[in-house]
Amino acid sequence: MSGEPALKYEKVFGRPESLKDNYTHYCPGCGHSIAHRLVAECIDELGLREKTIGVPPVGCAVLAYNYFNFDMIEAPHGRPLALATGIKRTVPDKFVFTYQGDGDLAAIGTAETIHAANRGERISTVFINNAIYGMTGGQMAPTTLLGQEATTTPGGRDARYHGQPIDISRMLAVCDGVVYIERCSLSGVKQIRSAKRAIKKAFRCQLDDLGFALVELLSPCPTNWKMSPKQAWEWVNKVMVNTYPLGVIKDTTGYED
Amino acid sequence: MPSEKVLMRGNHVLGEAAVLAGCRFYAGYPITPQNELPEYLSGRLPQVGGTFIQGESEIASINMIIGATAAGARAMTSSSSPGISLKQEGISYLAGMELPAVIANTMRGGPGLGNIAPSAADYFQATRGGGHGDYRTPVLAPSGCQELAEVTFLAFDIADKYRTPVMILGDGMMGQTMEPVVFPDPIDPKDLPRRDYILDGCKGREPRAIYSMILDINLMYQHNLKLLEKYEQITANETRWDTVGTDGAEIVVVAYGTAARIAESAIEELAGRGPKIGLFRPITLWPFPTKQLRSLSENVSKIAVFEFSAGQMLEDVIMSVGDRAEIYFYGVPGGIVPTPAEVAGFLSSVNSGDGKVGRRIEV
Repeated sequence: MSGEPALKYEKVFGRPESLKDNYTHYCPGCGHSIAHRLVAECIDELGLREKTIGVPPVGCAVLAYNYFNFDMIEAPHGRPLALATGIKRTVPDKFVFTYQGDGDLAAIGTAETIHAANRGERISTVFINNAIYGMTGGQMAPTTLLGQEATTTPGGRDARYHGQPIDISRMLAVCDGVVYIERCSLSGVKQIRSAKRAIKKAFRCQLDDLGFALVELLSPCPTNWKMSPKQAWEWVNKVMVNTYPLGVIKDTTGYED
Repeated sequence: MPSEKVLMRGNHVLGEAAVLAGCRFYAGYPITPQNELPEYLSGRLPQVGGTFIQGESEIASINMIIGATAAGARAMTSSSSPGISLKQEGISYLAGMELPAVIANTMRGGPGLGNIAPSAADYFQATRGGGHGDYRTPVLAPSGCQELAEVTFLAFDIADKYRTPVMILGDGMMGQTMEPVVFPDPIDPKDLPRRDYILDGCKGREPRAIYSMILDINLMYQHNLKLLEKYEQITANETRWDTVGTDGAEIVVVAYGTAARIAESAIEELAGRGPKIGLFRPITLWPFPTKQLRSLSENVSKIAVFEFSAGQMLEDVIMSVGDRAEIYFYGVPGGIVPTPAEVAGFLSSVNSGDGKVGRRIEV
């Protein structure tokens, strides 16, 4: 023995307890994996795992119950917030969140989204906006940008022909039942850290019984955008944010961040 | 102790019976002729710590009860025909996810927006699934307010026992009619068996997931077989019907719901004038009492089908009776409610074979 001090190891990073030890089916560079991890970290840090009931969408995240390590229930396409309303009103002491894509939340489920938000349901929503329909193979989303190519917008989205991209977060902000909406991005380290802060804040709104809260996450979809993951990050940061500017859209929480 | 005898209209009976049966969550969207039901529950449910939500649509409402039942509540929604069409997706999900729930349909004339008059034109929709996929919905068709109260309890029990959506099928006349009712003993939800599949947070156990998407075709096949087995059990255990005066009858009327009561009055009008006429009344429309009607038809010469539709239950009667007896049909669609005298006229035509009211069905 030479008298050198024994090496001490301290675990500084690991899998959140709220994530199962499973491989996901998400494509390389997809934002869902990052968003899942952020949600799981927030639930762990707030000590909510054993009282959480999550409602995933129909869309790429339909199998989220294979990845999240807490109770979950599938909803019909577009209906997570109606279903979550039934859960939360039945067991108000549980933590209930929905995780929804742009088609689910802002097209087929627009009515359920607006009315749950307007009722001020004590539910938190994580809204993944990737401006495309992923699971069905790249069709136009309600949030597809003008000029953006999708399999159902040959030549790019044309406002007169396909309609304008919808900014549902700004629409929801006018509802009195909504206490907090922020738009963040998953395309960069700084942005991801900001997204986690926003998700945790939205979760707190429910715990403090304030009202409805939503975090919109601009999320890369390299596969359907036909880009590399790096190009997809750049496209979010340089193009997508022009239609969907990042930042707080509504905040009546009174929280000091 | 059962309640004292009270005078209530059908829509209120359904609401009170649901509460007494332990229902603690209701969501629905207004539609005539069933609005007295949500109106009643909006005041009554909060009295027992339950939740009433006027949903933004029928679609939202059925999804709210999916959430409520998944979280452990006895849950109900209701509507009338066009609204029930909108709920069919949710009913299919409830069947696929094997979640109990009660759906009440106070039928009105259709198709399309139709009218608000009493009708029974949703028999096909109720008994043949209505939504997509290989599933069945038990359908209870009460005749009058007293049976409505009892059937409401039964609907929640069948739903829980078999983990299935159950439909109560009434019509606008039953919803509006006031009758004396004695309610069964109330059920405290705390006394119901705890469901070991609900979502209430994974404290002290593995996380649960409730879903209906099964991408693996072999697993989907197994799931369908499991559901099929359940439907066979329901058919064996839960088929219900009633008969009035069928012993020694030459003619037997087959009718359900309000139509059965009109038929009963018509039979009384004709008593002592001509051949003996009995009544066979299915209470479960699915499972239809096929075997029971078949064995009855061995001993009668004529079966007379009467319904408030252009001929829907008729198909189940044809499948049950075949050529064992002559089948006659009198259907009045569109929301018109025939008088007992008109139905008596049909039965006289069945007896004489003059073909003046109704028609002979060739099998």
